[in-house]
Amino acid sequence: MPTAISVENVYKSYMRDKLEVPVLNNVSLTIQEGEFIALMGPSGSGKTTLLNIIAGIDRPTRGRVLVQGTDIATLSEATLAKWRSRHVGFIFQFYNLIPVLTAYENVELPLMLTPLNKAQRKDQVERALAMVGLADRMKHYPKQLSGGQEQRVAIARAIASDPDILVADEPTGDLDKRSADDIMTLLERLNQELGKTIVMVTHDPAAAERAGTVRHLEKGDLLPEEKMR
Amino acid sequence: MKILKLIFKNALRHKLRAFLTIVGIAIAVMAFGLLQTVVTAWNAGVEAAAADRLITRQAVSFIFPLPYAYKDQISKLPEVKNVTFFNWFGGVYIDKNQFFARMACDPETLFDVYPEFVVTPAEREAFLKERNSCVIGADLAKMYKLKVGDIMELEGDIYPGQWQFVVRAIYQPRDKTVDATGMYFHWQYLDERIRQVSPERAGNIGWFAVQIKDARQSAAVSERIDALFQNSRAETKTETERAFQQGFVASSGAIITSLNVMSFVIIGIIMLVLGNTMIMSARERTREYAVLKTLGFTGGHLSAFVAGESLIISFLGAGLGLAIVYPVVAMFSILVPKGWFPVFNLAPSTVILAASSAILVGVLASIIPLRRALKTRIVDGLRFIG
Repeated sequence: MPTAISVENVYKSYMRDKLEVPVLNNVSLTIQEGEFIALMGPSGSGKTTLLNIIAGIDRPTRGRVLVQGTDIATLSEATLAKWRSRHVGFIFQFYNLIPVLTAYENVELPLMLTPLNKAQRKDQVERALAMVGLADRMKHYPKQLSGGQEQRVAIARAIASDPDILVADEPTGDLDKRSADDIMTLLERLNQELGKTIVMVTHDPAAAERAGTVRHLEKGDLLPEEKMR
Repeated sequence: MKILKLIFKNALRHKLRAFLTIVGIAIAVMAFGLLQTVVTAWNAGVEAAAADRLITRQAVSFIFPLPYAYKDQISKLPEVKNVTFFNWFGGVYIDKNQFFARMACDPETLFDVYPEFVVTPAEREAFLKERNSCVIGADLAKMYKLKVGDIMELEGDIYPGQWQFVVRAIYQPRDKTVDATGMYFHWQYLDERIRQVSPERAGNIGWFAVQIKDARQSAAVSERIDALFQNSRAETKTETERAFQQGFVASSGAIITSLNVMSFVIIGIIMLVLGNTMIMSARERTREYAVLKTLGFTGGHLSAFVAGESLIISFLGAGLGLAIVYPVVAMFSILVPKGWFPVFNLAPSTVILAASSAILVGVLASIIPLRRALKTRIVDGLRFIG
């Protein structure tokens, strides 16, 4: 299977009161196209930082990140923004929907950056919402939805522009067990039926079990691979 | 969905805050419009001044008279088209609180030199024929419910005695800048009576209004007129009507400057009000901006969101303020004695100034929140807890 993401010797540190705090220590990781990988580790282990670097919303201090052959660390901010809109779908722990927009409008938001016309956008939005089982909630505002439904709208927003990669940061972290299970089932479907490459950060072992691969980070170091299935 | 729709929804997200900000801006714009209208009213005489009219007055001071006989000499200059004159009468009509200009004039030439006072030929004829007749402005007629044929009784102060005038004409102002609160009567009627009681005061007028053939020659003609009366017992000073009116306004310069400063302080207050709202709003939305950036929205998009929101609020405030200022100005002009501000209208320049100030304020108020939104890194924005 071709490589979707290649992280090569990525070192990342932050400056805190003139002190350099290392977060990732020369991490290398390869993710194949269509792989579903879970990143686990205690708080401060660097898993979210690694996810952010892969998604192109943070930059490594050193090292290379190749996503489908593009070294995203070298892209300018504007080019990187455009690249993200085409290649990456984001799923956040707290959904991060825009409260003044309906479910439909929230899902349509990333499509505003594409050359699609209104009818094409409508088609994409309806398909994405149908995929997550919320075709009947299009006109609802986030506050009118449950947590699980909000996360499903967020997933619909992430897949609306048909990106190759989905990154999910604790997608079940704010949900009850049943909703969390529904969300994981949905991510599994996106991975298996649509072939999306998924990189997920989670603290939840039950969620991690649903991924094909689990990688652990500890104090910025990536531990050896653990195949789930 | 259009980007504009999102900007609109965001601008009105906190309804109470948006409402209070819009009302705040509206009140400020209204106050700005009213103050600027007062300034414009103060300068109305200057604005209404004709380019082809010169004013010849006593060189020492405006309050000293000039001989009536100067009229013929001025009229003979080849550059002069027409000459008329006025004499300030003063007096009391009804009571001392009723203020408006009451002047003796030359009825033969008044309407030739001042074509902005529009009367019907029949009324003009009637005014000319009757020695104790007067012509009054339409606003004055409206204010005192006067009509043609009514008697106006004045008690003289500069020229003591009881004075009766018959209204024979009511002039309409040619445009909004023309004072329609004046009262003009025959100078000869005044002179004849003064000659009987104070002969030494007879044969004098206040100032001449000289209509010239070529406005571009005003400086040269002014010099020629003044040269005619050099070394006489009453030397003259001639200047353009605009300069003459500006001389009056200059004496109230400090008040006008204060009003101008106040009106621009108000613009500053609007900016602080809107800036505060925008900073609060952008701070609350730090995480949302980070999400938008994550989704691929660029700095240009964020600029449109933040500046657009600020502009929408400032536009709504300015629109409401301008809608209010018209009735407020109208009410103000009714409440303030007409003589104070004969011409009191909201000038188009004031509306343009208020609207363009609102645009400027909208843009300026968005600079700090926009800078913050652009500078915040996505990862920091996503961690923000507002």
